Amino acid sequence: MDTFGLLFQGFAVAMDPMNLLYALIGVTLGTAVGVLPGIGPALTVALLLPVTYKLDPAGSLIMFAGIYYGGMYGGSTTSILLNTPGESSSIVTALEGNKMARAGRGGPALATAAIGSFVAGLIATIGLALVAPWIVKFALSFGPAEYFALMVLAFMTVSAAFGDSTLRGLTALFIGLALGLVGQDQLTGQARLAFGIPDLLDGIEVTTLAVALFAIGETLAVAASRSSMDEKIEAVKGSIWMTKEDWSRSWKPWLRGTFIGFPIGAMPAGGAEIGTFLSYSVEKQLAKKPEEFGHGAIEGVAGPEAANNASAAGTLVPLLTLGLPTTATAAIMLAGFQQFGLQPGPLLFVTSPQLVWGLIASLLVANLMLLVLNLPLIGLWVRLLSIPKPWLYAGILVFATLGTIGANSAVFQLGWLAFSFELAMLILFGLFGYFMRQFGYPIAPVVVGLILGPMAETQLRRAIQISQGDFSVLVGSPIAVTLLVLAVCAVVIPLIMRARGQGKVLASLAANED
Amino acid sequence: MTQQSSTSKTRRPDRAALGIAAFLAVLAIIIGYSTATTHGGSVTRIGPAVFPYAISIVLFILAIWTVFEAFRGEFPEREAQAPGPVLWIVGGLAAQMLLLNVVGFSIATGLLFAATARGFGKTKLWVTIPAGIVLSFVVWVLFAKGLQLSLPAGPPEHFFFGS
Repeated sequence: MDTFGLLFQGFAVAMDPMNLLYALIGVTLGTAVGVLPGIGPALTVALLLPVTYKLDPAGSLIMFAGIYYGGMYGGSTTSILLNTPGESSSIVTALEGNKMARAGRGGPALATAAIGSFVAGLIATIGLALVAPWIVKFALSFGPAEYFALMVLAFMTVSAAFGDSTLRGLTALFIGLALGLVGQDQLTGQARLAFGIPDLLDGIEVTTLAVALFAIGETLAVAASRSSMDEKIEAVKGSIWMTKEDWSRSWKPWLRGTFIGFPIGAMPAGGAEIGTFLSYSVEKQLAKKPEEFGHGAIEGVAGPEAANNASAAGTLVPLLTLGLPTTATAAIMLAGFQQFGLQPGPLLFVTSPQLVWGLIASLLVANLMLLVLNLPLIGLWVRLLSIPKPWLYAGILVFATLGTIGANSAVFQLGWLAFSFELAMLILFGLFGYFMRQFGYPIAPVVVGLILGPMAETQLRRAIQISQGDFSVLVGSPIAVTLLVLAVCAVVIPLIMRARGQGKVLASLAANED
Repeated sequence: MTQQSSTSKTRRPDRAALGIAAFLAVLAIIIGYSTATTHGGSVTRIGPAVFPYAISIVLFILAIWTVFEAFRGEFPEREAQAPGPVLWIVGGLAAQMLLLNVVGFSIATGLLFAATARGFGKTKLWVTIPAGIVLSFVVWVLFAKGLQLSLPAGPPEHFFFGS
């Protein structure tokens, strides 16, 4: 069956009333967490994993995808009105968007962000539907060696290629890989690094690690930060509608942003941030009034916001077709698939076409819901920003521990002390996440390493077993060689760039504000 | 509002960064030692010990690299940290962990709620503790009764829902 036939079938799944409800819950939650600073889509999906354990797989996955998309929409609101990006991928939006809001043009800024996100989400999701079957066909010929090479590439791009330090990125990744070792070896059942603790035999729970690093670590970092909390919410003054000039200045950046963001998200290049930075500089180059940049140019909001959403959709390409997560949220969504005994990858398209195409179709539905939720209801979302910090973070911790206890309520006995093992891990990793933040280590590589590490190991050992101990099998096919060369480039090129003082390019964009 | 990373390299070597290097080295040694002392597993060409050794070696190299960066002062400037709030929040988490199976979800989590709010400057514990317990109880009803999540029950849960 052709793509459109499959997609049409997918719509039948997506239009199921229950699935529509899941999508609605997903996008609403996603927008809310996107708006709130401090919690992002990765954390929200991690929190919901244990809760959805007993629900329908398709519905839960639709909800997760809705959260992902919603988070991308919501992040822009915070950036524009508060100058505190809700998500890392909204940093660029804050540059021009907040200036617009201060100039009393917050409404059009929010509108161009929302409509741009819609346009980008629509095109990129259709792109996902068109590209996926091609990659699936290609990927069916992949053996363990190619998968291993692909995962090495993902490791390197997630950890070393972007961010401000190769060393700290790689360190975070290898700590994640080390945590992935804990528990029973997948091929032989050999216990590794369990130190005789039965609770560790099942390995480290992805949910616990993600919730600890994202929620607890972030909460501690915010609480401990002495820097003033005098953020000012810009009120939305005047009309929220865009003028004719706004429209004519926005539509090209939307499209350009989409075509920049989608491929970057789809490549194992990690993160929506890169696309937004790229789109921003492209718009700055092409703008008719470049002097407006830095003082609230609408192109600087329209382009990056579109790029942001397009790369979110792009990220789903490697996740669904290859089972390869390239962002923290994608990594946790992968854990969500695995929770239901599903392994994303080319085979999933063959074995569960209903589920995959239903998911893709419901992304289109979710995108439409988001437009409706975001434009008229913007005032409601803005009110979320006025929740006082003590209540907000106290609430976040209640839900963080709820998810953790729900995932595993086993009680650990240490002499006369009886306590929840998962909560102990949560505190431990929470403090760890706090220290990582303090010293500028990235968080996402740890989570990706934990999830992808055991998979990479399995593929490597399979490849060697098939070749009967011949390690040259790893470079035995042109695809594997290409991927490994790219992986080396992903580490070496940024290293050289940073050594030559060009590494500040990205950082300077975000830092020279105020 | 963004603090410009100061160009003055005051701490050299960066003691905290050296501490991180030591942590990484210890981690590498633990992994290596633990792998070397576990025997068994099937004899395959590339067994369950290969990956741990590789990771252990890389972690050790990263530790050495960290030492170099510590001496060159390449770690980013750190913000001054207030230890009080961290202690309140970690204390709240620890209290919840220890009390969870004694007094149930609502009370234990209510204490966590209040401790966190305290960490963020809400000092009125006589307001935040009851508020936290009520919120946690509502959450417990929603998730333990509604979604069948197994959350430990205590006196308030038993009072309203029997044992």
